[in-house]
Amino acid sequence: MPICPSSFCLESESVPFTQSESDASSRAELAPVRQSVSLKQSAGSTRASFIATSGKLALLGFVALSGMLTGCSDSGVTLEDLEAAAAKVDISKIEIDAEPSDSAVMLDLEKSDLTFGFIKLTDCAPLVIAKEKGYFDDEGLNVTLDTQSNWKILLDNVINGQLDGAHMLAGQPIGATIGVGTKSPIVTAYSLDYNGNGITVSNEVWAQMQENDPALKSPTPKHPISAASLKPIVEEYLQDAGEPFPMGMVFPVSTHNYEIRYWLAASGIHPGMYTESDIKGFTDAQVKLSTVPPPQMPQNLEADIVKGYCVGEPWNQKAVVTGIGVPVTTNYDIWKNNPEKVFGVTEEWAEKHPQTHLAVIKALIRAGKWLDSTDESGKLVNREEAVEILSRKDYVGAEKEVIGNSMMGTFIFQSTDVREMPDFNVFFKHEASYPHYSDAIWFLTQMRRWGQITESKPASWYADTAKKIYRPEIYRQAAELLISEGKLDPNEIPAPDYDGYRAVTTEFIDGNEYDAKDPIGYINSFEIGNKDDESLAKK
Amino acid sequence: MNWRGNLLRFCDVAGLPILEPFVRLAAGEDKREQCIGIAKFILLPIGAVCVFLLLWAGAASNVVTDSAKLPSPQATWAAGKQLIGMHYDQRAADKAAKQAKLTEAVQLLAESNAYTAAAAEASGETQTLLENKSLALKKRAVTAANFTPSSAPTFIDQIWTSVKTVFFGFFLATIVAVPVGVLCGMSPWFNAAMTPFIQIFKPVSPLAWLPLAFIVIMWYYAGYSSGETFFNKAFLISASTVCLCSLWPTLVNTTLGVASVDKDFINVADVLRLSWWQRLTKIILPASLPLMFAGMRISLGVGWMVLIAADMLAQNPGLGKFVWDEFQNGSELTYARIAFSVIVIGMIGLVLDRIMIFFRNLVSFGNPSPV
Repeated sequence: MPICPSSFCLESESVPFTQSESDASSRAELAPVRQSVSLKQSAGSTRASFIATSGKLALLGFVALSGMLTGCSDSGVTLEDLEAAAAKVDISKIEIDAEPSDSAVMLDLEKSDLTFGFIKLTDCAPLVIAKEKGYFDDEGLNVTLDTQSNWKILLDNVINGQLDGAHMLAGQPIGATIGVGTKSPIVTAYSLDYNGNGITVSNEVWAQMQENDPALKSPTPKHPISAASLKPIVEEYLQDAGEPFPMGMVFPVSTHNYEIRYWLAASGIHPGMYTESDIKGFTDAQVKLSTVPPPQMPQNLEADIVKGYCVGEPWNQKAVVTGIGVPVTTNYDIWKNNPEKVFGVTEEWAEKHPQTHLAVIKALIRAGKWLDSTDESGKLVNREEAVEILSRKDYVGAEKEVIGNSMMGTFIFQSTDVREMPDFNVFFKHEASYPHYSDAIWFLTQMRRWGQITESKPASWYADTAKKIYRPEIYRQAAELLISEGKLDPNEIPAPDYDGYRAVTTEFIDGNEYDAKDPIGYINSFEIGNKDDESLAKK
Repeated sequence: MNWRGNLLRFCDVAGLPILEPFVRLAAGEDKREQCIGIAKFILLPIGAVCVFLLLWAGAASNVVTDSAKLPSPQATWAAGKQLIGMHYDQRAADKAAKQAKLTEAVQLLAESNAYTAAAAEASGETQTLLENKSLALKKRAVTAANFTPSSAPTFIDQIWTSVKTVFFGFFLATIVAVPVGVLCGMSPWFNAAMTPFIQIFKPVSPLAWLPLAFIVIMWYYAGYSSGETFFNKAFLISASTVCLCSLWPTLVNTTLGVASVDKDFINVADVLRLSWWQRLTKIILPASLPLMFAGMRISLGVGWMVLIAADMLAQNPGLGKFVWDEFQNGSELTYARIAFSVIVIGMIGLVLDRIMIFFRNLVSFGNPSPV
């Protein structure tokens, strides 16, 4: 086992016993600068030599400057130094575990310095918490979290290897694997959360919706609010402006895209189809859904570029706090406990780093559990601390109050309409962190419904594709390690005979029934969207 | 030369005419004239800055939208102080974490030694188990000793990254542009061959290069993950974008400089029967240095502007990413921090420009052109 790199880098300042070495290296670094000074002193008086010398001097100074700025100064502590220091420790006092068991030995990590990408949204919380609460550290992982400006760049950076893994839209590993947009296989063994999104419309649109449906005029209108009162506005806009009503979502394969489409289509508004030649999904559209990075949503709404949007928190609450829009519904109302974000890595990375992957999932499970732990009365006990951590500028960076609302279990629709939504952000309970095959299949059905999957596929293809992308076996392995360490209760994960399919549910805004074992039937059950041949359901 | 002459020459070469009246005043020259100089070069700009700050403060109290407001000068100043404070806090925390890890490494290694010692005395299966444990501990010790803090880069770190990137990109551009420029200047044939490329690529918007630079770097580093390569991929992408954009001013100016070397110098070279190499190093290069450096000055300025935009677009580490991340934050302090970064970016641009002016004046032998 190669464990002794000949010299490994440590910064000199923090290591008292390499002082002399670091002095030497800083002297060496100064050398070119001194040389240029001596040249200046010897500058001759004749014009020709002045030209030549000052030219050289300028070039030298210039080179020295670039060298100083680009060169890194790493002086290292060698293993010998470390061993010398360790030799001074009295080892007779160290207690020896006479029969160390295998489980006590840490995972044999292939890589311990990792960089994960994330987008500034509250649902990156498990990653942030695993880092800040030291869960990554406990697994021997040294994780850097790097914010990305949008989902496309995040995905590209995972694929090209700049990031080891990332906080991803649940649809991203699926889209990337089957080739909607970028094609490169990505897998997930951990679902970051359920719910957490909302649909917000501008004040003006909200006022019109209230005109259309007097029931909405109440200070506390009845939820869920459907898109029925939006329908006349959309139709009028299409008539007057001659183009579809502009709304925003965050990425073509995002949950947000499917949710806002679901919400609109449930009330008979056509959000447009993707076709082979129309990768923007505007064909037949009554509502034009354009891609806007999450943090830019409120500005886009304010600038009237979009009239409404579907986005994750805190960008709906931001609209409420700043008074530029009104959230009309949340995805909890569109589909109760719907999958939202996952932790994704490339298939290649997962194959190359199985133990590291396991360690990461272990830390994430603990973070999810921490986020959702409650006291006896069912109150979330750690959320306040989580909100403080997330509000730091290197994470989500929005004010604590803005992040706090939804994270603490209240969602503000209007100042008069504050609803308790304890399950607005679910990270762990209801088996939210387990990668259920049925969740992957739901995304596949929506991709087919809206034409991102251009051809009809047999039912077996849906199940096989889900198995390729979702890796519950890794989740289960990590959970079992945690159980053996006493950090997790066996009841907190699905039973061993669980097949990965959540129970058939009708908890959707339109009451439609979703059975992941019959994807073709589900696709055909919608009025708006592609239809497939029933015979495919048996294949 | 006396001290006065030296200092005046320094002011001249360093591009700091601001200091000139003080030097002359100290040397006892006409007081009235120097006071006018001070008023013109120092008091007047200070006054103008004050007026600007007042206007800014006024604007800040008026420019308020629903979701944001223009930060005031005070808020900007406070945000700047906070950013710098955060840097030092982070450094202290990182240092403490590192020290703790090192202590932990020593401890783990000691434990590993203890297990090795115990293994030497044991036998059979127990021995293997103890040895395995010792190895595992040793491995953890090495990991702990190699620990690098994984905190997000602070504002100061980002400044440093940006400055490094711009110099590296600029350095690359210079080592390509100068030889090509010299060849263009010396050989009309070579120049004719290069002209189409220069004409077409010179006006290309800097950021259009970014995706292309991206592909090339990704192709070159395919199969490596971050940390395995000598250069960071993101760093190279930014630097090569800077390089591709700052190539042209240096190239064009070098060509011009070489092509317009004084005929008398060439005649002297002919008379002395200098070899091609001697001609290049003794006559052509020294004589074209002023224009070359003038080109480099423009290049560096272009490079700095491009870099910030490239960082913003590609999310590469640096000041551009800092500004973009802040823009994505949307808290009350966000805009103040952005305003502060804008000022810092401007100041760094100014310093870079001054450095190049200094080098250019140094090679302009005695008649530095006006700033």
